Amino acid sequence: MKNTYVLHFDTTNYDKPIVYRLIRDYDLVFNILKAVILPKQESYLVMEIDGDVRQLELGLHYLQNQGVQVDPVTKNVHRNEERCTHCGACTAICPTGALAIERPSMFVRFDPDKCSACGLCVTACPPRAMEVSF
Amino acid sequence: MAAVKKTIREINERIRKGEAVVVTAEEMIGIVADNGAEDAARHVDVVTTGTFSPMCSSGAFLNLGHAKPRIRASKVWLNNVPACGGIAAVDLYLGATEPTEDDPLNKVHPGEFRYGGGHVIEDLVAGRKVHVYLESYGTACYPNKVVEKDVVLADLPQAILCNPRNCYQNYNCGINLSDRTIYTYMGILRPNGGNVTFSSAGQLSPLLNDPYYRTIGLGTRIFLGGAEGYVTWYGTQHNPAVPRGENGVVRGGGGTLFVMGDLKKMSPRWLMGVSIVGYGCSLAVGIGIPIPIIDEHMARFTAVRDDDIFAPVVDYSYDYPMGTGNIVQEVSYGELRRGTVQINGRKVPAVPLSSYSRAREIAETLKTWIANGMFTLGEPQMPLPGSELFGG
Ligand code: SF4
Ligand code: SF4
Repeated sequence: MKNTYVLHFDTTNYDKPIVYRLIRDYDLVFNILKAVILPKQESYLVMEIDGDVRQLELGLHYLQNQGVQVDPVTKNVHRNEERCTHCGACTAICPTGALAIERPSMFVRFDPDKCSACGLCVTACPPRAMEVSF
Repeated sequence: MAAVKKTIREINERIRKGEAVVVTAEEMIGIVADNGAEDAARHVDVVTTGTFSPMCSSGAFLNLGHAKPRIRASKVWLNNVPACGGIAAVDLYLGATEPTEDDPLNKVHPGEFRYGGGHVIEDLVAGRKVHVYLESYGTACYPNKVVEKDVVLADLPQAILCNPRNCYQNYNCGINLSDRTIYTYMGILRPNGGNVTFSSAGQLSPLLNDPYYRTIGLGTRIFLGGAEGYVTWYGTQHNPAVPRGENGVVRGGGGTLFVMGDLKKMSPRWLMGVSIVGYGCSLAVGIGIPIPIIDEHMARFTAVRDDDIFAPVVDYSYDYPMGTGNIVQEVSYGELRRGTVQINGRKVPAVPLSSYSRAREIAETLKTWIANGMFTLGEPQMPLPGSELFGG
């Protein structure tokens, strides 16, 4: 199972080897999509975490015990409805089908539940209607 | 000889009395299928069309009003986007595809092209403030050398949208036969023919509903950017001499229109700055053209269906940039709109770049305007080149 999460660190835990323990103890594979680490300030990591469902659950639990706030990222991808023209250009690159054309209306549906927050649609959208924020 | 004959003047009379029968190009398909072209021509007066998509070769003439002391602006920037000042003291032309002065362009490929002339036009139309910077060498009558100010559209004495080439009759579909992703004005094309992109409203598109320009000419009144505009010339690259199907519909680019209108009356919903990754900036323009049903030929033409309109698929990794003129094959807008096309026997996803739902909204809006008597038809003062090709 593969999901993307935003890990928020605070001033007490930003310098601990937390991600290392995730790999070693829970056998999870991860891919860092974005990292903002500021010494002695709040920091965050956007990670795609892949692994066994049970191990993933335990790993997330471990993170929470360490004081890391874990949010699935889907809620952070947003479509600005005023800018979306329903052209369809984004459907060429959306890897999960979260952006898809409805027929015969030809409206483009955005389904946040299917979105992996990869961010590919942000620059692919000519009017820049897709916004990813963490 | 046509069995039905109506003039634009007669149709306008009916519009003024609130008696005109107006339908969209989508609705006309069913009407002609049910009742035949001749009967449809007797009953329907106007068919409305629409298209909304990025259209390069767009821009605006702006007059900035005179400063004190006066300046003869020779270099001009609007929100740091260069405009052409070599016209007159404070007249300028702002092109939609002009990027910001210090845009990184494609230095880090693919470039994002976040802001350009099209975005300035959208900002103006939306009533947002735009920063103007003017430079000059100074003359006795125009001594000022630098003027810097913020303006809004309402401050400008004149602002005219003036697009030398819009409304392409038909267009290529993009495919990429190379082994890496390419970024083009036809969108993001996946390697090894992974997708096909297309950019036409097909059966709703203006010039596909009047393939021989029998009713659209210089002086035709249109929906442009949310307001009223005009066809003022044939567009650049207008080429009626392309191959046509038996129904008269062009099988490649074909005709184009030069259109103009008062920018001050337009709306940001129908003029939107766009950034095409790896390619550049542009302006998405909404255009709708009413087609008078002067005889049964026009009823037949306006009943054209996506399945009967064909476009060439062109390889944008080689044939387009090299200008070889080769095409991969033809596909119909019916297949494209349904979402998959067969290319060399393989199923390939088809991705639209032009908003069909917005095209439909334009056709509906124009229909309401005409049905309510708010919009009458312009009588063309001169036909477009190619109108002589119609054989009757
Ligand atoms: S590319 Fe942008 S404007 Fe077009 S449908 Fe997708 S989100 Fe909407
Ligand atoms: S971020 Fe955009 S491209 Fe990526 S999955 Fe979500 S909607 Fe699709």
